[in-house]
Amino acid sequence: MDRQLPVGERATLLARRRRSAIMTSLVWCASAVCLLPLVLITAHLLIGGARVLGPRFFTALPAPPGVAGGGVANGIAGTLLLLVIAAAIGLPIGLGAGLYLAERTRTRLAEAVRFLADVLSGLPSIVIGIFVWELIVRPSGQFSALAGGVALGVLMIPLITRATEAMVQLVPNALREAALALGYSRARTSLTIVLRTALPGIVTASLLAIARVAGETAPLLFTAFGTPYWSLRLDAPVAALPLQIFNYATSPYDDWRAQAWGGALVLIVLVFALSWLARRVTDRRRERLSSVVAGGAGE
Amino acid sequence: MWWLGVPVSDVMPHEPAVTARPTPAVLARVDATPEDGRSAAPSLRFDRLTATYGERVAVRDVSLECAPGRVTAIIGPSGCGKSSLLRCVNRLHESVADARVAGAVHLDDQDVYAPDVDAVDIRRRIGFVSQRPTPFPMMSIRDNVVAGLRIGSRRLDARALDACVERTLRRVGLWEEVARRLDDDPAALSGGQQQRLCLARALAPEPRLLLLDEPTASLDPLSTQRVEELVYTLRGEVTVLIVTHNLQQAARVSDTTAFMLDGQLVEAARTRTLFTTPADPRTEAYITGRFG
Amino acid sequence: MAAPPLPSFATDQSPPRFRSRRGGVGSVGDRLYGGWITASALVIPALLLLVAIVIAGSSWPALQTLGTRLLTDTVWDVPHARFGLLPALLGTLASSLLALTLATPLAFGAAIFVSELAPPRLRRPVALLIDGLAAIPSVVYGLWGLVVLVPWLRRDVIPFVRETLALGDVPLFAGPAYGPSLLAAALVLAIMILPFITAVAREVLQAVPRSQREAALALGATRWEMIRDAVLPNARTGLVGAMILGLGRALGETMAVTMVIGNAHVLPTSLFQPAYTIASLLANQFAEASGPLHVSALMAAAGVLLAVTIVVNGFARWLVRRTEQQR
Repeated sequence: MDRQLPVGERATLLARRRRSAIMTSLVWCASAVCLLPLVLITAHLLIGGARVLGPRFFTALPAPPGVAGGGVANGIAGTLLLLVIAAAIGLPIGLGAGLYLAERTRTRLAEAVRFLADVLSGLPSIVIGIFVWELIVRPSGQFSALAGGVALGVLMIPLITRATEAMVQLVPNALREAALALGYSRARTSLTIVLRTALPGIVTASLLAIARVAGETAPLLFTAFGTPYWSLRLDAPVAALPLQIFNYATSPYDDWRAQAWGGALVLIVLVFALSWLARRVTDRRRERLSSVVAGGAGE
Repeated sequence: MWWLGVPVSDVMPHEPAVTARPTPAVLARVDATPEDGRSAAPSLRFDRLTATYGERVAVRDVSLECAPGRVTAIIGPSGCGKSSLLRCVNRLHESVADARVAGAVHLDDQDVYAPDVDAVDIRRRIGFVSQRPTPFPMMSIRDNVVAGLRIGSRRLDARALDACVERTLRRVGLWEEVARRLDDDPAALSGGQQQRLCLARALAPEPRLLLLDEPTASLDPLSTQRVEELVYTLRGEVTVLIVTHNLQQAARVSDTTAFMLDGQLVEAARTRTLFTTPADPRTEAYITGRFG
Repeated sequence: MAAPPLPSFATDQSPPRFRSRRGGVGSVGDRLYGGWITASALVIPALLLLVAIVIAGSSWPALQTLGTRLLTDTVWDVPHARFGLLPALLGTLASSLLALTLATPLAFGAAIFVSELAPPRLRRPVALLIDGLAAIPSVVYGLWGLVVLVPWLRRDVIPFVRETLALGDVPLFAGPAYGPSLLAAALVLAIMILPFITAVAREVLQAVPRSQREAALALGATRWEMIRDAVLPNARTGLVGAMILGLGRALGETMAVTMVIGNAHVLPTSLFQPAYTIASLLANQFAEASGPLHVSALMAAAGVLLAVTIVVNGFARWLVRRTEQQR
């Protein structure tokens, strides 16, 4: 068909086609370049981490520079402790706020809270750390796991709030109606029917939020602070994987810097394990809900 | 007068059930014959009911009487307010934010909207089935059936519960199909089965008043027939109010039919009369398919 | 009925509860539940208010003592009580804007790839991989930047530009350079904000109705022309919003930047020189702040960062919301 066009137009068409091909390949290149850092970082993580990882790495405490056999045992435990505290704060408040936004959705408080939750989620995490420092660390005179957990919990709140609101709104209103019609009180409807139905999505989002804050370092710098010793006390400084990675990486010692890669690999594995777990929960349960909403699995 | 059920073992047949304070005794109804001493089906009366959602008027000044133990159908085009009318009976209408109600809805002689009446309490005594099947997704089939029973702190006898589950599922014709998978997820059931499950869930507390909002709208003909047969067997014991889009269904199932248009009650009469010699020209137009 | 007297579930046996209430919350359970969700909702504005009060209150002494010198002074000298935020503030803006400039074309390219050009089987894996970049913690980026990127800059890039390209005298490439630099920070930041810009851009592009694309193709447009003329114009506001969202993220980023920027209170005039950002300043100095004025000055710095971030993020959100409303 091209051959039927007059020469001038044919040339233009060829030029346009060529331009399209160039731009298309540029876009392909851009995407490849985007993936490049991922490849590089993963490679370095695996190579650097493999050099240091071993069973001792998981069970030993940090060793002074130059001394072999150091590990991140206290960092792993500390991170888990901090995550538990953070979840204990972030989940109840986030769930409650999310339910409020979903149920009393048009009130002025709801509009304001929705907007403010977005603002809160955009605050630099180091500012949150400083805030908790002023609130807890300074009055109590010491760095503590509690302060670190609170800082991480504050980071979690807007994430869980938004996710809960979104998941609860997905629950079809007819389900709520059916529960009310049976004589369930409003509280009971929300808790036993609506929340239970939205739970898989909320669990997923919670796990993802936990994975997110697991990697946060800045808010811990002045709250949990870190320690080379084993400590799980709420009222004393506690080690955390991200803090250890930071300390090791910025130190002038080669063996410590090597250990930083090991710590980083462990942290990444933890984060990705949580994310994978989160998605597993959703995929299975979402099928059930969608089949009910669609009105039956076919006649 | 408030109607209360009492346990089988406590009451002699045909004796009027005596209620606890503060209401007077329930009188025996003319039509309904209480076989086992349980209270009879209540009468339902709408008294100049107006219901609004914010600015929008859904039900406009409706007055209607539904005889006890009888099936009353409400027909009308989409948006005429029939579903809203239904939801006013068990006060489901007020679960929406801007909802307002004026007028009264009398169950026997008790106004449902009286200021000292607890909506939650009312809803427990009324069964409700909506248009689309809504089994509770995180519960098993068995738990769905008894979902309306586990309210209140009384410990419920496991044997009695199982018997109730079987009895209710048999009533809706679902027992054969699900007897072996009572612990399964209701999502595995077909649409027709899910709707019958919802019917079972509504019937398990043995309500004396049943509200059905287009219960067979999403069902196949066989399931539809089963549901209609069930409604037929409830006559005498239960007062049924059924909203339906399907004129043939109304003709088959109901004793009285009411036609609504734009939120208003146009006409209500014995079913046969309404369908053969409607008094209002709008009724006739709707029935003959000229609109809606 | 000769049935054994199993307790019947026919309606409640307890007397009807006459409670005075008007269709609202009545029972204890309802009240507790309502209390819980309302209190939780109130926590969020309360937190923000508290953050504002704490930061403003703590920075007041420094603001009083230093006034506008806090923002205009270029010297940060703790023993002499000189706290000038200008280098750090400019460094924050410079590193973030530079990162945005580097990341945007790549992010848009990836977004266009995933939403328009990718063969269906590649679409999801590529999207997932790019999203994977977002899951990597900041400190890991910092580690990689410190151990891999910075030495590469020092060994290869800087000598290349200065000697091979003979650009060593250009102010942009001048100054003492040993690796950690504004450029290093910008590069790491660019990688970190890439997945966010891509994700938002992808959604914005996919929201453009298919009819627009089909109309362009039917008129004889080439693939690229369809994207350029039918898809991009419709998505313009949203794409700008995506960019600003990325900027907002870059502004608040702390750890990775601290590890590769060199931490020098120098005005960011050269790409290869070490520089500073407010976040890095806070990370480095807060734990060992000496004296209340120092702490107060750092709080003021945090306040500045807070204000800038809130404004930028708010603007971005407004833009993205406007795109959604226009649809």
